[in-house]
Amino acid sequence: MSFLSYLINGISLGSIYAIIALGYTMVYGIAKMLNFAHGDVIMVGAYVCFFAVTRFSLPPVVGVLLAMVVCTLLGMLIERLAYKPLRSAPSLAVLITAIGMSYFLQNSAQLLWTSNPKVFSSVVGNGALKLFDGQLSISYVTIVTIIICFAIIALLLFIVQNTKMGKAMRACSEDKGAAMLMGINVNTTISFTFAIGSALAAIAGVLLCSAYPTLMPTTGSLPGIKAFTAAVFGGIGSIPGAFLGGILLGVIEIFAKAYISTQLSDAIVFAVLILVLVIKPTGLLGHEIHEKV
Amino acid sequence: MTKYKNLSSPTKNMVSTFALVIGLFLILQILLLTGSVSSLVKGQLVPICAYIVMAVSLNLTVGILGELSLGHAGFMSVGAFSGVVMSSVLKQAGASDGLRLFVSILTGCVFGAIVGFLIGIPVLRLKGDYLAIVTLAFGEIIKSIMNNLYIGLDASGLHVNMLKDNLNMTDGRVIISGPMGVSGNDKLSTFFAGFLLILFCLFVIFNFVDSRAGRAVAAQRDNYIATESVGINVTKYKLTAFTISAGMAGMAGTLFALNYSTVVASKFDFNTSILVLVFVVLGGLGNMKGSILAAIVLTLLPELLRAFSTYRMLLYAIVLILIMLITNNPEMKHVVDTVLSRIKGLFRRRKGGAVND
Repeated sequence: MSFLSYLINGISLGSIYAIIALGYTMVYGIAKMLNFAHGDVIMVGAYVCFFAVTRFSLPPVVGVLLAMVVCTLLGMLIERLAYKPLRSAPSLAVLITAIGMSYFLQNSAQLLWTSNPKVFSSVVGNGALKLFDGQLSISYVTIVTIIICFAIIALLLFIVQNTKMGKAMRACSEDKGAAMLMGINVNTTISFTFAIGSALAAIAGVLLCSAYPTLMPTTGSLPGIKAFTAAVFGGIGSIPGAFLGGILLGVIEIFAKAYISTQLSDAIVFAVLILVLVIKPTGLLGHEIHEKV
Repeated sequence: MTKYKNLSSPTKNMVSTFALVIGLFLILQILLLTGSVSSLVKGQLVPICAYIVMAVSLNLTVGILGELSLGHAGFMSVGAFSGVVMSSVLKQAGASDGLRLFVSILTGCVFGAIVGFLIGIPVLRLKGDYLAIVTLAFGEIIKSIMNNLYIGLDASGLHVNMLKDNLNMTDGRVIISGPMGVSGNDKLSTFFAGFLLILFCLFVIFNFVDSRAGRAVAAQRDNYIATESVGINVTKYKLTAFTISAGMAGMAGTLFALNYSTVVASKFDFNTSILVLVFVVLGGLGNMKGSILAAIVLTLLPELLRAFSTYRMLLYAIVLILIMLITNNPEMKHVVDTVLSRIKGLFRRRKGGAVND
């Protein structure tokens, strides 16, 4: 029974990683850049929701929606100010700018909200579902997280496969120049991608802090790195890959914590990642690119 | 003696880099003698030396080898802890301070290089962002292991244990105690030793770049397929460069660790790797002079901004973003170039005038 409970907790944590990883993978697929500030957008989303619920006593749903709006605007603003001017710059320059942006967000949060940890009260409530005569208890947060993750994946796949914007996104990720010639507004498409990714980050932030209720300016950085790892694990640029990578990473992490060692769980997660990449160098679902001479 | 003007451009670059380092060292020595260096800067001298070595060694990986490494602090960590253990062992053997520092740095180099070699075998099979993420993963793994490592020293030798704080020692002294790290460390590092280490690393790098292996490494960076097709064993040379880079990071780690009485594994985390990467990118890929200057300026910048204490890291972030935008955005670059050339033109005109008079 404890195995099942670990598995469910793992899937739940993995769902959060998957939602964050989607932000990384979509931005990577279209803008070909690693948006290191993504992890900190998560933190901003969690803070917005926290203040909306505790200080202005708004209902949690409104808090989440508000966080999504703020993060969407923030994501688009970051893209406009810091990344757009560097569209033709070498990728390392963009990477450093993203790192600078990450520092900027973390330190702004520290100035605005101090580095004292805030206790985030779950937006879902603290109850738990009891199954098998109370032998298996699954908290509501866990269930809600998993459901939301699946809903988001379904919605994203629908947007990418069946809408005009999705078509534009796919075209941009394939060949920006050709997409521009076909009359696709590349800037709007990239902006839209950042908007979706950041809105997802807000949701992930709220869910993350509902499950692990400590909120600090650095809350987003480690989950950010892990979700980025998950995106690469599944094959960066691929939406199903991010989903699969996130879930697997979460499950491996919880199992490693439960059965092997709490202190070494991060090391085990990263060791599995290395193993996968050495065997399959483009991630689980990534496309292999054949180089032509 | 050949005139500086007539040297070939790589040699010129090498000579000017050495001149820069030696010049800065001499200026600092004079300032130190006259007592005009603030204690704030004085405390940063050895760390700056360590960061310079880190920056030039990472520049070998990123600039010359052309692969992005996000886990360079891992090698620094390995070097730091192996060096500290060696310095404790030598203390028991009754060696002098200078010898202890020298052998410790050597130990850091050897361990850093061994770990770099072992990691390089799987890592260098990958490409681009996948390679970057694996170096990140290795950095995190090294941090986790170092965080759970316990090493003690007594009369019968070294005692090593993972995870548990149980070293089976009756007497003797715990050197590394897991997440608490090293405490009561002897501060052996000196500014002069750091200076010598920088010169040594620059010497190795410039010689490597100018060697057969260095040319092979640069060739594969510029065109992998062409290099392979002329029969160069790319993996071998890439691994050589990566191992040298890791060994240097190990030395930097030892120098850094022996400057403090307490050292913890979490100091050498992802943020440190990124910090060093920022030095390399800001200084310019493959440009050692740039790495050195960026390491100095960016290590001192947060210290100098202490006047703005609460805002200093925010200012650091803004400066970082602005520098990247100015140096990489075509429009902004154009504006800056025009301004610079105008200033240059002003000076040139004045000089020309002097000759005409």
